[in-house]
Amino acid sequence: MPAAILARFVLTEARRSGLPWLAAGCVAAALAAAAFLSQVALTESLALSAAIVAALLRAATVFLVATQVASSILREVDDKGLELMLSLPLSRSTQYLGRLAGFAACGMALALVFSAVLLLWASPGAVALWALSLACEAALVAAAALFFSLTLTGLVPAIAATVGLYLLARSMPAIQAMAAGPLTDASFAAQATRFAVDGIALLLPRLDGVARTEWLLYGLPSAGDYLVALAGVALYWLLLVAAGLFDFHRRNL
Amino acid sequence: MSRDERTVAAVPAWVWGILAACLALQLAVQAARHSGAPPESDLPPPARPEALALASFGEKEAAARLAMLYIQSVDFAAGEALPYRHLDYRRLVGWLRSILALDPRSDYPLFSAARVYAEVPDPARSRIALELVYEAFLEDPNRRWPWLAHAALLAKHRLKDLPLARRFAAAIDRHTTSQNVPLWAKQMEIFILEDMNELEAARIMLGGLLASGKIRDPAEARFLAKRLEELEARIVK
Repeated sequence: MPAAILARFVLTEARRSGLPWLAAGCVAAALAAAAFLSQVALTESLALSAAIVAALLRAATVFLVATQVASSILREVDDKGLELMLSLPLSRSTQYLGRLAGFAACGMALALVFSAVLLLWASPGAVALWALSLACEAALVAAAALFFSLTLTGLVPAIAATVGLYLLARSMPAIQAMAAGPLTDASFAAQATRFAVDGIALLLPRLDGVARTEWLLYGLPSAGDYLVALAGVALYWLLLVAAGLFDFHRRNL
Repeated sequence: MSRDERTVAAVPAWVWGILAACLALQLAVQAARHSGAPPESDLPPPARPEALALASFGEKEAAARLAMLYIQSVDFAAGEALPYRHLDYRRLVGWLRSILALDPRSDYPLFSAARVYAEVPDPARSRIALELVYEAFLEDPNRRWPWLAHAALLAKHRLKDLPLARRFAAAIDRHTTSQNVPLWAKQMEIFILEDMNELEAARIMLGGLLASGKIRDPAEARFLAKRLEELEARIVK
Protein backbone atom coordinates (compact mmCIF):
# COMPACT_ATOMS: atom_id res chain seq x y z
CA MET A 1 0.00 0.00 0.00
CA PRO A 2 1.76 3.18 -1.20
CA ALA A 3 0.47 5.47 1.57
CA ALA A 4 1.71 3.05 4.25
CA ILE A 5 5.15 2.91 2.57
CA LEU A 6 5.36 6.70 2.57
CA ALA A 7 4.34 6.75 6.24
CA ARG A 8 7.09 4.23 7.03
CA PHE A 9 9.65 6.40 5.21
CA VAL A 10 8.63 9.35 7.38
CA LEU A 11 9.03 7.33 10.58
CA THR A 12 12.40 5.94 9.47
CA GLU A 13 13.61 9.46 8.69
CA ALA A 14 12.47 10.68 12.12
CA ARG A 15 14.34 7.84 13.82
CA ARG A 16 17.54 8.47 11.84
CA SER A 17 17.44 12.22 12.37
CA GLY A 18 17.86 11.75 16.14
CA LEU A 19 14.28 12.46 17.24
CA PRO A 20 14.36 9.68 19.90
CA TRP A 21 17.44 11.28 21.47
CA LEU A 22 15.81 14.69 21.46
CA ALA A 23 12.75 13.17 23.13
CA ALA A 24 14.95 11.57 25.78
CA GLY A 25 16.64 14.93 26.35
CA CYS A 26 13.25 16.60 26.80
CA VAL A 27 12.22 13.99 29.40
CA ALA A 28 15.49 14.47 31.29
CA ALA A 29 15.14 18.28 31.24
CA ALA A 30 11.51 18.15 32.40
CA LEU A 31 12.37 15.75 35.24
CA ALA A 32 15.29 17.95 36.32
CA ALA A 33 13.07 21.06 36.34
CA ALA A 34 10.41 19.24 38.34
CA ALA A 35 12.97 17.91 40.84
CA PHE A 36 14.37 21.40 41.39
CA LEU A 37 10.99 23.12 41.74
CA SER A 38 9.54 20.46 44.04
CA GLN A 39 12.50 21.00 46.37
CA VAL A 40 11.63 24.67 46.85
CA ALA A 41 7.87 24.11 47.16
CA LEU A 42 6.37 24.34 50.65
CA THR A 43 3.37 22.22 49.75
CA GLU A 44 1.85 20.47 46.74
CA SER A 45 5.32 19.35 45.64
CA LEU A 46 3.89 16.29 43.89
CA ALA A 47 1.20 18.32 42.12
CA LEU A 48 3.81 20.90 41.15
CA SER A 49 6.03 18.20 39.63
CA ALA A 50 3.14 16.71 37.66
CA ALA A 51 1.96 20.12 36.42
CA ILE A 52 5.43 21.28 35.37
CA VAL A 53 6.36 18.02 33.65
CA ALA A 54 3.00 17.91 31.85
CA ALA A 55 3.34 21.52 30.65
CA LEU A 56 6.95 21.11 29.52
CA LEU A 57 6.43 17.80 27.75
CA ARG A 58 3.31 19.05 26.01
CA ALA A 59 5.28 22.05 24.70
CA ALA A 60 8.12 19.71 23.70
CA THR A 61 5.70 17.47 21.78
CA VAL A 62 4.34 20.41 19.81
CA PHE A 63 7.77 21.89 19.08
CA LEU A 64 9.36 18.60 18.06
CA VAL A 65 6.46 17.60 15.80
CA ALA A 66 6.29 21.03 14.12
CA THR A 67 10.04 21.23 13.47
CA GLN A 68 10.28 17.60 12.34
CA VAL A 69 7.47 18.02 9.80
CA ALA A 70 8.67 21.39 8.50
CA SER A 71 12.34 20.37 8.19
CA SER A 72 11.48 17.04 6.52
CA ILE A 73 9.14 18.59 3.95
CA LEU A 74 11.39 21.54 3.22
CA ARG A 75 14.40 19.27 2.70
CA GLU A 76 12.35 17.18 0.30
CA VAL A 77 11.34 20.32 -1.60
CA ASP A 78 14.93 21.64 -1.72
CA ASP A 79 16.33 18.29 -2.90
CA LYS A 80 13.66 18.11 -5.62
CA GLY A 81 12.51 14.87 -3.99
CA LEU A 82 8.94 16.11 -3.93
CA GLU A 83 8.98 16.72 -7.70
CA LEU A 84 10.36 13.23 -8.23
CA MET A 85 7.61 11.74 -6.07
CA LEU A 86 4.93 13.69 -7.90
CA SER A 87 6.15 12.25 -11.20
CA LEU A 88 5.45 8.71 -9.93
CA PRO A 89 2.13 7.02 -10.74
CA LEU A 90 0.67 7.83 -7.32
CA SER A 91 -2.25 10.12 -6.72
CA ARG A 92 -1.53 13.36 -4.95
CA SER A 93 -4.02 12.48 -2.24
CA THR A 94 -2.14 9.24 -1.53
CA GLN A 95 1.14 11.09 -1.33
CA TYR A 96 -0.24 13.75 1.00
CA LEU A 97 -2.13 11.35 3.24
CA GLY A 98 0.78 8.90 3.40
CA ARG A 99 3.14 11.59 4.64
CA LEU A 100 0.52 12.92 7.04
CA ALA A 101 -0.03 9.43 8.48
CA GLY A 102 3.72 9.11 9.11
CA PHE A 103 4.00 12.50 10.81
CA ALA A 104 0.85 11.92 12.87
CA ALA A 105 2.17 8.51 13.98
CA CYS A 106 5.47 10.16 14.92
CA GLY A 107 3.63 12.77 17.01
CA MET A 108 1.45 10.16 18.67
CA ALA A 109 4.48 8.05 19.56
CA LEU A 110 6.12 11.10 21.17
CA ALA A 111 2.91 11.86 23.08
CA LEU A 112 2.67 8.31 24.41
CA VAL A 113 6.32 8.18 25.51
CA PHE A 114 6.06 11.57 27.24
CA SER A 115 2.79 10.63 28.93
CA ALA A 116 4.35 7.50 30.43
CA VAL A 117 6.60 9.78 32.52
CA LEU A 118 3.52 11.19 34.25
CA LEU A 119 2.75 7.79 35.77
CA LEU A 120 5.27 8.84 38.45
CA TRP A 121 2.67 11.23 39.88
CA ALA A 122 -0.77 10.54 38.43
CA SER A 123 -3.15 7.59 38.26
CA PRO A 124 -2.99 5.30 35.19
CA GLY A 125 -6.55 6.23 34.18
CA ALA A 126 -5.84 9.96 34.21
CA VAL A 127 -2.56 9.46 32.34
CA ALA A 128 -4.30 7.29 29.71
CA LEU A 129 -6.91 9.98 29.03
CA TRP A 130 -4.25 12.69 28.99
CA ALA A 131 -2.06 10.62 26.65
CA LEU A 132 -4.86 9.96 24.17
CA SER A 133 -5.81 13.62 24.01
CA LEU A 134 -2.15 14.71 23.70
CA ALA A 135 -1.75 12.20 20.85
CA CYS A 136 -4.73 13.84 19.10
CA GLU A 137 -3.19 17.26 19.73
CA ALA A 138 0.11 16.05 18.24
CA ALA A 139 -1.69 14.72 15.16
CA LEU A 140 -3.37 18.11 14.79
CA VAL A 141 -0.02 19.90 15.00
CA ALA A 142 1.41 17.48 12.41
CA ALA A 143 -1.48 18.30 10.05
CA ALA A 144 -1.02 22.04 10.60
CA ALA A 145 2.75 21.84 10.08
CA LEU A 146 2.34 19.80 6.89
CA PHE A 147 -0.19 22.29 5.54
CA PHE A 148 1.98 25.32 6.33
CA SER A 149 5.20 23.65 5.10
CA LEU A 150 3.71 22.92 1.68
CA THR A 151 1.92 26.26 1.47
CA LEU A 152 4.56 28.67 2.73
CA THR A 153 7.67 26.77 1.47
CA GLY A 154 10.12 28.20 3.97
CA LEU A 155 11.37 26.66 7.21
CA VAL A 156 10.97 29.69 9.45
CA PRO A 157 7.54 30.78 8.10
CA ALA A 158 6.23 27.21 8.34
CA ILE A 159 7.37 26.71 11.95
CA ALA A 160 6.26 30.22 12.96
CA ALA A 161 2.80 29.74 11.45
CA THR A 162 2.32 26.32 13.07
CA VAL A 163 3.51 27.40 16.51
CA GLY A 164 1.59 30.68 16.19
CA LEU A 165 -1.65 28.87 15.37
CA TYR A 166 -1.13 26.48 18.29
CA LEU A 167 -0.32 29.18 20.83
CA LEU A 168 -3.19 31.38 19.67
CA ALA A 169 -5.59 28.46 19.95
CA ARG A 170 -4.38 27.65 23.47
CA SER A 171 -4.56 31.29 24.55
CA MET A 172 -7.90 32.13 22.97
CA PRO A 173 -10.11 31.34 26.02
CA ALA A 174 -7.98 33.70 28.15
CA ILE A 175 -8.11 36.38 25.43
CA GLN A 176 -11.89 36.03 25.20
CA ALA A 177 -12.21 36.24 28.99
CA MET A 178 -10.17 39.45 28.98
CA ALA A 179 -12.21 40.94 26.13
CA ALA A 180 -15.48 40.17 27.92
CA GLY A 181 -14.25 41.05 31.42
CA PRO A 182 -16.38 43.11 33.82
CA LEU A 183 -14.05 46.11 33.50
CA THR A 184 -14.43 46.50 29.73
CA ASP A 185 -16.63 49.42 28.75
CA ALA A 186 -19.62 49.33 26.44
CA SER A 187 -18.10 51.60 23.78
CA PHE A 188 -18.25 50.73 20.09
CA ALA A 189 -14.50 50.04 20.00
CA ALA A 190 -14.75 47.59 22.93
CA GLN A 191 -17.73 45.83 21.34
CA ALA A 192 -15.93 45.63 17.99
CA THR A 193 -12.85 44.19 19.68
CA ARG A 194 -14.95 41.54 21.39
CA PHE A 195 -16.67 40.58 18.14
CA ALA A 196 -13.29 40.42 16.38
CA VAL A 197 -11.85 38.17 19.09
CA ASP A 198 -14.92 35.92 19.00
CA GLY A 199 -14.66 35.82 15.21
CA ILE A 200 -11.03 34.73 15.31
CA ALA A 201 -11.92 32.08 17.92
CA LEU A 202 -14.40 30.56 15.45
CA LEU A 203 -11.49 29.77 13.13
CA LEU A 204 -9.38 28.06 15.78
CA PRO A 205 -9.49 24.64 17.46
CA ARG A 206 -10.50 24.52 21.15
CA LEU A 207 -7.22 23.19 22.51
CA ASP A 208 -7.95 24.26 26.08
CA GLY A 209 -10.27 21.26 26.42
CA VAL A 210 -7.67 18.58 25.62
CA ALA A 211 -4.74 17.22 27.65
CA ARG A 212 -5.76 19.26 30.67
CA THR A 213 -3.35 19.19 33.59
CA GLU A 214 -6.27 19.24 36.03
CA TRP A 215 -7.11 15.65 35.02
CA LEU A 216 -3.72 14.60 36.36
CA LEU A 217 -4.09 16.58 39.59
CA TYR A 218 -7.75 16.49 40.52
CA GLY A 219 -9.40 13.56 38.76
CA LEU A 220 -10.92 12.39 35.53
CA PRO A 221 -13.15 14.57 33.33
CA SER A 222 -16.72 13.60 32.53
CA ALA A 223 -17.04 11.32 29.50
CA GLY A 224 -19.19 13.89 27.71
CA ASP A 225 -16.70 16.75 28.11
CA TYR A 226 -13.82 14.52 27.09
CA LEU A 227 -15.49 13.24 23.94
CA VAL A 228 -16.66 16.72 22.92
CA ALA A 229 -13.09 18.03 23.28
CA LEU A 230 -11.65 15.18 21.20
CA ALA A 231 -14.38 15.58 18.57
CA GLY A 232 -13.47 19.28 18.27
CA VAL A 233 -9.82 18.40 17.65
CA ALA A 234 -10.78 15.67 15.15
CA LEU A 235 -13.00 18.11 13.25
CA TYR A 236 -10.22 20.69 13.01
CA TRP A 237 -7.77 17.96 11.94
CA LEU A 238 -10.11 17.06 9.07
CA LEU A 239 -10.39 20.74 8.13
CA LEU A 240 -6.58 21.05 7.97
CA VAL A 241 -6.30 17.84 5.94
CA ALA A 242 -8.95 19.08 3.48
CA ALA A 243 -7.21 22.47 3.18
CA GLY A 244 -3.85 20.73 2.68
CA LEU A 245 -5.22 18.42 -0.01
CA PHE A 246 -6.88 21.36 -1.74
CA ASP A 247 -3.61 23.25 -1.85
CA PHE A 248 -1.52 20.20 -2.81
CA HIS A 249 -3.77 19.34 -5.73
CA ARG A 250 -3.38 22.88 -7.09
CA ARG A 251 0.42 22.82 -6.80
CA ASN A 252 2.35 23.18 -10.09
CA LEU A 253 5.58 21.32 -10.67
CA MET B 1 35.88 12.65 15.16
CA SER B 2 33.59 12.21 12.17
CA ARG B 3 34.74 12.18 8.56
CA ASP B 4 33.27 15.69 8.15
CA GLU B 5 35.69 17.19 10.68
CA ARG B 6 39.37 18.05 10.49
CA THR B 7 41.77 17.61 13.44
CA VAL B 8 41.89 20.27 16.17
CA ALA B 9 45.38 21.19 14.96
CA ALA B 10 43.70 22.75 11.92
CA VAL B 11 42.20 25.49 14.13
CA PRO B 12 44.38 28.66 14.06
CA ALA B 13 46.08 29.68 17.30
CA TRP B 14 44.30 33.05 17.46
CA VAL B 15 40.89 31.28 17.35
CA TRP B 16 42.03 29.08 20.27
CA GLY B 17 43.09 32.21 22.11
CA ILE B 18 39.81 34.03 21.59
CA LEU B 19 37.79 30.94 22.58
CA ALA B 20 39.79 30.43 25.80
CA ALA B 21 39.70 34.15 26.70
CA CYS B 22 35.95 34.44 26.13
CA LEU B 23 35.27 31.31 28.18
CA ALA B 24 37.43 32.59 31.05
CA LEU B 25 35.74 36.00 30.90
CA GLN B 26 32.29 34.41 30.92
CA LEU B 27 33.16 32.30 33.97
CA ALA B 28 34.64 35.32 35.77
CA VAL B 29 31.62 37.53 35.07
CA GLN B 30 29.19 34.86 36.22
CA ALA B 31 31.23 34.07 39.34
CA ALA B 32 31.32 37.76 40.30
CA ARG B 33 27.54 38.08 40.03
CA HIS B 34 25.63 38.16 43.26
CA SER B 35 23.76 34.90 43.63
CA GLY B 36 21.28 33.54 46.13
CA ALA B 37 18.03 35.08 47.33
CA PRO B 38 16.70 38.10 45.46
CA PRO B 39 17.42 41.50 47.05
CA GLU B 40 14.91 43.28 49.24
CA SER B 41 12.29 44.15 46.71
CA ASP B 42 8.56 44.46 46.73
CA LEU B 43 6.01 42.57 44.77
CA PRO B 44 4.81 44.15 41.56
CA PRO B 45 1.07 44.90 41.36
CA PRO B 46 -0.89 41.64 41.08
CA ALA B 47 -1.61 40.27 37.63
CA ARG B 48 -5.18 39.43 36.74
CA PRO B 49 -5.96 35.70 36.51
CA GLU B 50 -6.78 36.08 32.81
CA ALA B 51 -3.36 37.64 32.22
CA LEU B 52 -1.65 34.77 34.06
CA ALA B 53 -3.65 32.26 32.00
CA LEU B 54 -2.65 34.07 28.82
CA ALA B 55 1.00 34.25 29.80
CA SER B 56 1.05 30.52 30.45
CA PHE B 57 -0.83 29.69 27.21
CA GLY B 58 -3.63 28.08 29.20
CA GLU B 59 -1.45 26.01 31.55
CA LYS B 60 -3.33 27.33 34.58
CA GLU B 61 -2.33 24.68 37.13
CA ALA B 62 1.38 24.99 36.35
CA ALA B 63 1.18 28.80 36.20
CA ALA B 64 -0.56 28.99 39.60
CA ARG B 65 2.16 26.94 41.28
CA LEU B 66 5.01 28.76 39.55
CA ALA B 67 3.47 32.08 40.59
CA MET B 68 3.39 30.80 44.19
CA LEU B 69 7.10 29.89 44.02
CA TYR B 70 7.82 33.37 42.67
CA ILE B 71 5.85 35.06 45.45
CA GLN B 72 7.43 33.01 48.20
CA SER B 73 10.90 34.04 46.98
CA VAL B 74 10.14 37.76 47.34
CA ASP B 75 11.54 39.31 50.50
CA PHE B 76 12.06 35.91 52.09
CA ALA B 77 14.46 36.37 55.00
CA ALA B 78 14.57 33.13 56.96
CA GLY B 79 15.72 33.51 60.53
CA GLU B 80 15.24 37.27 60.69
CA ALA B 81 13.27 38.76 63.57
CA LEU B 82 10.74 40.32 61.25
CA PRO B 83 10.29 38.27 58.08
CA TYR B 84 8.59 39.83 55.06
CA ARG B 85 9.00 43.29 56.57
CA HIS B 86 9.32 44.91 53.13
CA LEU B 87 6.43 43.00 51.63
CA ASP B 88 3.33 44.96 50.65
CA TYR B 89 0.57 42.73 52.05
CA ARG B 90 -2.17 44.39 49.98
CA ARG B 91 -0.32 43.38 46.83
CA LEU B 92 0.45 39.97 48.30
CA VAL B 93 -3.24 39.33 48.94
CA GLY B 94 -4.02 40.49 45.39
CA TRP B 95 -1.55 37.95 44.02
CA LEU B 96 -2.94 35.17 46.19
CA ARG B 97 -6.49 35.99 45.05
CA SER B 98 -5.39 35.89 41.40
CA ILE B 99 -3.66 32.56 41.89
CA LEU B 100 -6.72 31.15 43.64
CA ALA B 101 -8.88 32.32 40.74
CA LEU B 102 -6.46 30.69 38.31
CA ASP B 103 -6.60 27.30 40.03
CA PRO B 104 -9.34 27.30 42.71
CA ARG B 105 -8.54 23.72 43.74
CA SER B 106 -4.91 24.42 44.61
CA ASP B 107 -4.15 24.48 48.34
CA TYR B 108 -0.90 26.40 47.90
CA PRO B 109 -2.20 30.02 48.17
CA LEU B 110 -4.19 29.40 51.36
CA PHE B 111 -1.48 27.21 52.84
CA SER B 112 0.94 30.12 52.35
CA ALA B 113 -1.54 32.70 53.62
CA ALA B 114 -2.36 30.76 56.80
CA ARG B 115 0.94 29.05 57.55
CA VAL B 116 3.50 31.56 56.28
CA TYR B 117 2.20 35.08 55.81
CA ALA B 118 -0.25 35.11 58.74
CA GLU B 119 2.41 33.88 61.16
CA VAL B 120 4.52 37.03 60.98
CA PRO B 121 4.98 38.92 64.27
CA ASP B 122 3.09 41.94 62.94
CA PRO B 123 -0.60 41.89 63.93
CA ALA B 124 -1.75 44.26 61.18
CA ARG B 125 -0.22 42.13 58.43
CA SER B 126 -1.29 38.93 60.06
CA ARG B 127 -4.91 40.14 60.07
CA ILE B 128 -4.76 40.94 56.33
CA ALA B 129 -3.64 37.39 55.58
CA LEU B 130 -6.23 35.88 57.95
CA GLU B 131 -9.06 37.87 56.35
CA LEU B 132 -8.03 36.49 52.97
CA VAL B 133 -8.26 32.97 54.38
CA TYR B 134 -11.73 33.73 55.74
CA GLU B 135 -12.94 35.22 52.44
CA ALA B 136 -11.59 32.30 50.43
CA PHE B 137 -13.09 29.81 52.89
CA LEU B 138 -16.57 31.22 52.27
CA GLU B 139 -16.22 30.44 48.55
CA ASP B 140 -15.49 26.74 49.12
CA PRO B 141 -15.96 25.81 52.80
CA ASN B 142 -15.79 22.02 52.43
CA ARG B 143 -12.35 22.15 50.82
CA ARG B 144 -10.79 25.14 52.59
CA TRP B 145 -11.78 24.58 56.23
CA PRO B 146 -8.30 23.39 57.39
CA TRP B 147 -6.83 26.83 56.66
CA LEU B 148 -9.59 28.62 58.55
CA ALA B 149 -9.13 26.22 61.47
CA HIS B 150 -5.47 27.20 61.60
CA ALA B 151 -6.46 30.86 61.23
CA ALA B 152 -8.71 30.50 64.31
CA LEU B 153 -5.77 29.17 66.33
CA LEU B 154 -3.54 32.02 65.17
CA ALA B 155 -6.21 34.59 66.03
CA LYS B 156 -6.48 33.18 69.54
CA HIS B 157 -2.84 32.50 70.40
CA ARG B 158 -0.85 35.01 68.34
CA LEU B 159 -3.25 37.94 68.01
CA LYS B 160 -4.97 37.23 71.35
CA ASP B 161 -8.21 38.16 69.58
CA LEU B 162 -10.81 35.75 70.95
CA PRO B 163 -13.81 37.28 69.10
CA LEU B 164 -11.98 36.89 65.77
CA ALA B 165 -11.01 33.31 66.61
CA ARG B 166 -14.61 32.51 67.54
CA ARG B 167 -15.88 34.10 64.31
CA PHE B 168 -13.59 31.85 62.28
CA ALA B 169 -14.46 28.77 64.34
CA ALA B 170 -18.19 29.43 64.12
CA ALA B 171 -17.91 29.86 60.33
CA ILE B 172 -16.48 26.36 59.99
CA ASP B 173 -19.45 24.94 61.90
CA ARG B 174 -21.99 27.04 60.02
CA HIS B 175 -20.75 26.71 56.43
CA THR B 176 -19.25 23.22 56.10
CA THR B 177 -21.67 20.54 54.93
CA SER B 178 -19.42 17.68 53.83
CA GLN B 179 -19.27 14.43 55.80
CA ASN B 180 -15.48 14.56 55.39
CA VAL B 181 -15.15 17.48 57.79
CA PRO B 182 -14.15 15.94 61.13
CA LEU B 183 -16.10 16.54 64.31
CA TRP B 184 -13.26 18.39 66.03
CA ALA B 185 -13.31 20.95 63.20
CA LYS B 186 -17.07 21.35 63.41
CA GLN B 187 -16.67 21.90 67.14
CA MET B 188 -13.78 24.30 66.70
CA GLU B 189 -15.48 26.98 68.79
CA ILE B 190 -15.40 24.77 71.90
CA PHE B 191 -11.81 23.91 71.09
CA ILE B 192 -11.00 27.65 70.92
CA LEU B 193 -12.68 28.36 74.25
CA GLU B 194 -10.84 25.58 76.05
CA ASP B 195 -7.95 26.60 78.25
CA MET B 196 -5.05 25.02 76.37
CA ASN B 197 -1.82 26.55 75.12
CA GLU B 198 -0.85 27.02 71.47
CA LEU B 199 1.37 23.94 71.35
CA GLU B 200 -1.34 21.62 72.65
CA ALA B 201 -3.88 23.08 70.25
CA ALA B 202 -1.49 22.84 67.30
CA ARG B 203 -0.65 19.24 68.16
CA ILE B 204 -4.30 18.26 68.32
CA MET B 205 -5.04 20.00 65.03
CA LEU B 206 -2.07 18.56 63.15
CA GLY B 207 -2.80 15.11 64.56
CA GLY B 208 -6.38 15.44 63.36
CA LEU B 209 -5.31 16.59 59.90
CA LEU B 210 -2.84 13.73 59.56
CA ALA B 211 -5.42 11.20 60.74
CA SER B 212 -8.02 12.51 58.28
CA GLY B 213 -5.56 12.11 55.38
CA LYS B 214 -5.65 15.83 54.58
CA ILE B 215 -1.85 16.09 54.59
CA ARG B 216 -0.42 13.80 51.96
CA ASP B 217 2.30 15.90 50.39
CA PRO B 218 5.80 15.12 51.74
CA ALA B 219 6.95 18.75 51.46
CA GLU B 220 3.94 19.92 53.47
CA ALA B 221 4.44 17.23 56.11
CA ARG B 222 8.11 18.27 56.48
CA PHE B 223 7.17 21.94 56.71
CA LEU B 224 4.51 21.35 59.36
CA ALA B 225 6.76 19.08 61.44
CA LYS B 226 9.42 21.80 61.39
CA ARG B 227 6.88 24.43 62.43
CA LEU B 228 5.76 22.24 65.31
CA GLU B 229 9.36 21.84 66.48
CA GLU B 230 9.88 25.62 66.32
CA LEU B 231 6.71 26.17 68.32
CA GLU B 232 7.84 23.60 70.87
CA ALA B 233 11.23 25.28 71.22
CA ARG B 234 9.65 28.72 71.63
CA ILE B 235 7.23 27.57 74.32
CA VAL B 236 9.92 25.64 76.25
CA LYS B 237 12.03 28.84 76.38
